[in-house]
Amino acid sequence: MKHEIVPVKVYVGVFATLMALLLATFATDFVDLGAFNVLINLTIAVVKALLVVLFFMHIRYTTNRVVRVYVGAGFFWLLILIAYTLGDVLTRTASSYTP
Amino acid sequence: MADTTVYLAHQFQDADQQKEAATLGMWVFLATEVLFFGGLFTGYTVYRFQFPEAFALASHRLSVVLGTINTAVLLTSSLTMALAIHNAQSGRRRSPVAFLTVTMLLGVAFLSIKGYEYHQKFVEHLVPGSSFVFDPRYAREAQMFFLLYFLMTGLHALHMIVGVGVVLVLTIRTTKGRYTPAYYTPLEIGGLYWHFVDIVWIFLYPLLYLVGHHA
Repeated sequence: MKHEIVPVKVYVGVFATLMALLLATFATDFVDLGAFNVLINLTIAVVKALLVVLFFMHIRYTTNRVVRVYVGAGFFWLLILIAYTLGDVLTRTASSYTP
Repeated sequence: MADTTVYLAHQFQDADQQKEAATLGMWVFLATEVLFFGGLFTGYTVYRFQFPEAFALASHRLSVVLGTINTAVLLTSSLTMALAIHNAQSGRRRSPVAFLTVTMLLGVAFLSIKGYEYHQKFVEHLVPGSSFVFDPRYAREAQMFFLLYFLMTGLHALHMIVGVGVVLVLTIRTTKGRYTPAYYTPLEIGGLYWHFVDIVWIFLYPLLYLVGHHA
């Protein structure tokens, strides 16, 4: 049996990073950066989600590659959905938009 | 070799294989959860591109402080969940129960704050429908924001309620000594669910509360 036990200090370190990122996002809300506000907030959200998946959900430590593929595919399809939907919606012209 | 017959289902060769199958199965379920929430996230993205000003104005009616506190509450609950599993892996009997209980309490705290926010929205006439009151120039578009707000946070809250129930069952079973360093798969799987619900909120927080700046 080799179930890697993740040390407590790793969990605490990840948690501290997550809280620091939360404070950073909260702080940017009081600064007007134009379109960069969304960009920064979403980047921070992706980093936070990655930290949770990799450490709290143990994907960093799994030896099973099939699980990793499923995790990646599960989230990647959402990018496809959003990208293709926006590719349609954002390129509609007035003539193609009339009901 | 410990007696594995208590927990090893007959179709598996050994405990490792059983745990890997359970983990993979849980991730397949979580992928369907991404589908479940994904439609709402996509709809949100489309409408935000169409009504940027209304979404910013409507978002400013949410309490960014309460949203931030709730994010901190959930992140902390993920830490206590991870520590509960860590302690179960290390063979401790009592500390996993304590960490699971704290996780549950944080989940209830999250739901309470969320409930208070919902209450505020009702009081301020921000619930979509006939009693919705908003700047008339943006009223229709703002209703779309609040519809998405209630659908997305509502579906998330439903998952939180289920999560608290799952952790409650896990806590009772841990108290009974059902989990050992050789077998704690249900804790691991329950933890995956809890962390996933946390991840959904990690995205809901900036998308709903942080639209445009508040300065």
